[in-house]
Amino acid sequence: MKKSLIVSSFCSVTKKEVTLNNKVIYKGSGNDFSDLSNDIYTKFSIGYPKFHKMDNLSKLGFLSVELLLSDKNLNLKYPGEEIGVIFMNSASSLDSDRHHQDTLSNRENYFPSPSIFVYTLPNVVIGEICIRHKFYGEGNFFVAEKFNTDFLVSYIEELFECNAIQCCIAGWVEFDGDDFESLVFLIEKPDKTDIGIVNFETDIIRNIYEKLK
Amino acid sequence: MRDVFIASDNIITSLGFTTIENANIMLDGNTGICLVEDKLIAPFPFYASIIDSVKLNSQFSCIADPYHFSRFEKMSICSIKDAISGMDIDYADPRTLFILSTTKGNIDLLESENKNKYGKDRIYLWNTARLIQHFFNFSNEPVVISNACISGVQAIITGTRLINAGIYDNVIINGTDIVSEFVISGFNSFKSLSTGPCRPFDKTRDGLSLGEGSGTIILTSKPSLSKSKEKILVGEGFTTNDANHISGPSRTGEGLFLAINRLLKKIPAEIDFISAHGTATPYNDEMESIAITRAELQSVPVNSFKGYWGHTLGAAGIIESVMSVYSLRNNVLINTLGYHEMGLTNPLAIIDRVIRKEINNCLKIASGFGGCNAAIIFCKK
Amino acid sequence: MEQVILKLKEEIIAALNLSEMKPEQIDENAPLFIDGLGLDSIDALELTVLLEKKYGLKIKTAEEGKKVLYSVKTMAAFILSGKQG
Repeated sequence: MKKSLIVSSFCSVTKKEVTLNNKVIYKGSGNDFSDLSNDIYTKFSIGYPKFHKMDNLSKLGFLSVELLLSDKNLNLKYPGEEIGVIFMNSASSLDSDRHHQDTLSNRENYFPSPSIFVYTLPNVVIGEICIRHKFYGEGNFFVAEKFNTDFLVSYIEELFECNAIQCCIAGWVEFDGDDFESLVFLIEKPDKTDIGIVNFETDIIRNIYEKLK
Repeated sequence: MRDVFIASDNIITSLGFTTIENANIMLDGNTGICLVEDKLIAPFPFYASIIDSVKLNSQFSCIADPYHFSRFEKMSICSIKDAISGMDIDYADPRTLFILSTTKGNIDLLESENKNKYGKDRIYLWNTARLIQHFFNFSNEPVVISNACISGVQAIITGTRLINAGIYDNVIINGTDIVSEFVISGFNSFKSLSTGPCRPFDKTRDGLSLGEGSGTIILTSKPSLSKSKEKILVGEGFTTNDANHISGPSRTGEGLFLAINRLLKKIPAEIDFISAHGTATPYNDEMESIAITRAELQSVPVNSFKGYWGHTLGAAGIIESVMSVYSLRNNVLINTLGYHEMGLTNPLAIIDRVIRKEINNCLKIASGFGGCNAAIIFCKK
Repeated sequence: MEQVILKLKEEIIAALNLSEMKPEQIDENAPLFIDGLGLDSIDALELTVLLEKKYGLKIKTAEEGKKVLYSVKTMAAFILSGKQG
């Protein structure tokens, strides 16, 4: 019987709060994402000026993973090419897409911005995380109506099974209009970590996600 | 680990509505890229490969009423329909999965005049995939991959892994993207559009030409389902990240080299030819040549198909893989249209004319925004 | 020139999202790329958009771009010559 993979850390960011391994580490004050993200950035001394150039989706994913890995040094444990980043959401990069489209609406004032356009691909958030942490491994971005934990768990299990990766950061990172939420996991093999929070199994992950609401 | 075979395929571009139609025009050395002056798309003229709308609607009318479907959906459905025709697969079978590969989907629906055409949810990629799923009665929730320009190759790698894992027996993969105001304006803001039909690897290359296309590839664990007598296997595939810059390729070709190298370590055979990403931007082609040289494949014949179809984004990895497989089946290396003179610091063995010779495998590579890279191998059984 | 430089510094900070910087921290003579502010290729493109959008000035070639975008001072000189030209 195949042994489950282990979640050695997980982090969620919602309007309400930020949690790390089920513990609330930040309470939202009903502000918009711009204020919230800047506040988290400052409070947790992130110290990465490129953060301010990112779009909302990238900021959300980036912060979630910063906090997820805050007390970890994965590069000491695994070669960068063995660490994968796999995300899923339902809106793709729609938030930035709408901003880019806005720059096209008036042909008299037609100045599309390359720094907005570059974020009109959802996988760029993976790129930002890889640049920050020097991860060179597998990356994939799925779009689904709802967080499909069945699929994500099966897919990631297979990535480990065929030795494409030895460690994985995965989860749901969603930004659409006024709505945003993220839930990211650090996944390792059971013999590579003694900090097993939960097993990386469909029902367990789904329950954690549903508790965010 | 089960063998994964290619059962069927299709390509739809400005050059035609089937793989063979496309191949014949390409073997004659003709491009689908032309100068486009369409103020609805851009206030400036640009070079692109665009599917004739009249032909598309006419083709689609044989299947369903074009009125109810967007341009993207018509392309995708026509492509899948051609690929699955004559195949003995039960599409409602839960062992069959549909994967959609796209960067922007129905992005033209963001334009103000299109906003209410099909309802506000039609812009969501999962919704487009679901519509296609229901059209064909596929039983599983579709998987949508949106991973910049490697989406197509990533989709084939993903589908192969899922069959290897025994979760599915058949995976139908469609990759589609349209030419739109959204995308033309974006690449123009990057100053990366070509001033003529693009010239991959050429000394005078100055940018990419965009294109629209739809490609379908059907993967299966059952060789008997293959439409063709020649069995083609999908081998190992890997994706990587440069971890360097979100839009500029790595100067050392880091991620692409890693992907190719991982793959080469698992494959005992020599590579017979490489289907490169070859977008014809100064930086991409240079980076690819560095990665290929680092992998010691600089003497392997290599081409780019982008001189024929332009850069079809989410469709690119699929249609270019399909044409690479066509090359394998027919033992023909298709020339790199647009290439005349070596323009790389690390010279490669660019295929500059049609060459007929026995080839047994092909390495397909791709790179994209976000620093992503992919490599996969196709081989004759 | 001084006024153009100050305004330009504020515009650059806004256009490139250099939120942690203040205008007085930018040395107008320092290179903008590689050293100095260490801007990248996307920043370079954004600066050409800035020049066009706010000052109606177009950079015609990559070579011209390298010269104009060398520093805040060279950008300011370009703006001033454009206003006179």
